[in-house]
Amino acid sequence: MSADVPTHLDGNAAAGALRELFAVDVTTAIARCAGCGRTGVFAEARLYADAPGLVARCPGCEDVLLRVVTTPSDTYFDLRGLTYLRLPNTP
Amino acid sequence: MERTALRRRLTWQTGTVTQVREETSTARTIVLDLPDWPGHLAGQHLDVRLTAPDGYRASRSYSIASAWTGEGVELTVEQVPDGEVSPYLVEVLKVGDPLEVRGPVGGWFVWRPEDTGPVQLIGGGSGVVPLMAMLRTHAHAASTTPVRLLYSVRRPASVIYRPDLKDLAASDDVDVTFVYTREAPPGEPRVGRIDAELLAAKAFGPADDPTTYVCGPTPFVEAVADLLVAAGHDPSKVRTERFGPTGGPR
Ligand SMILES: Cc1cc2nc3c(=O)[nH]c(=O)nc-3n(C[C@H](O)[C@H](O)[C@H](O)COP(=O)(O)OP(=O)(O)OC[C@H]3O[C@@H](n4cnc5c(N)ncnc54)[C@H](O)[C@@H]3O)c2cc1C
Ligand SMILES: [Zn+2]
Repeated sequence: MSADVPTHLDGNAAAGALRELFAVDVTTAIARCAGCGRTGVFAEARLYADAPGLVARCPGCEDVLLRVVTTPSDTYFDLRGLTYLRLPNTP
Repeated sequence: MERTALRRRLTWQTGTVTQVREETSTARTIVLDLPDWPGHLAGQHLDVRLTAPDGYRASRSYSIASAWTGEGVELTVEQVPDGEVSPYLVEVLKVGDPLEVRGPVGGWFVWRPEDTGPVQLIGGGSGVVPLMAMLRTHAHAASTTPVRLLYSVRRPASVIYRPDLKDLAASDDVDVTFVYTREAPPGEPRVGRIDAELLAAKAFGPADDPTTYVCGPTPFVEAVADLLVAAGHDPSKVRTERFGPTGGPR
């Protein structure tokens, strides 16, 4: 694993960080990319965990879907790359 | 139980190490007692957080190795040389120590006994850990769903869970194949990576319509997933779990 090639994980690896913010498992939600319109399970997004915080990118167009940055006092949660997240009403 | 577990925001909880087991010279299983554990599904993971005396914190994800049977949660950690967290877990942590975790999490890379259809498991190195949870859950539920495991390791001595895998392979419903990339045991001539030919010979094919779970280092997962899709498997039935660096202080 060389340092200059940014390697990604699966959106599933963000499950812990997201479950601290949400009461439901967002990784199994259907996400729609605001960039290219692709819909898919959030767990299949490309997750970059070594950026400052977590960045999830669309597997289709690589646009940023979601960003989570935690500071000692607050958590910043940027969702502008998502048109929607679809979750079942009953898990 | 599972429902309430999924409907609650997560917080960190502190468990106690009740047992450690050496699996190989570089991997060890840690058994944790977690009084507030809600149970888990096979394939889920948890996050471990270490805090240094000066307050510096680092967290990493680890797959759960055990089936949920009502008590204890097992992790298996492979030491990464120069790593921040894994050397502590493999070499320093001892029975009686506290360990802070958050979980279970991740509802996508999971197998449930009620899921129908053949299951193909493909693991590289420590990527066998969540697959082992699936095999153990399969055994615990007395499931008759056919399961095949392809397990890629460098050499015989790197095989994690060897005795357990032998026992499981004795079952009619589970088929285990080891793939040695550097050194094979006597009588096993093949040394090499998983390729299209090996998949065709040992794994369920597209016509069997399996759900395939691929887990291991990121390059391993990508190579295997590409081979599966090229062989005609439906990409939506190929689930991946990349064990890359989960990095960063938190
Ligand atoms: C969902 C998920 C589940 C995981 N489950 C397990 C598990 O069950 N067992 C297990 O042993 N690990 C597992 N991992 C990997 C684990 O989270 C850590 O990345 C690993 O233990 C190394 O952490 P470290 O702090 O020791 O190394 P770091 O300090 O993070 O890294 C040290 C060096 O090693 C490299 N490196 C980091 N991680 C890896 C790796 N996994 N393979 C190769 N090089 C690496 C880094 O790029 C760096 O150069 C899982 C990862 C994910 C995302
Ligand atoms: Zn997109």
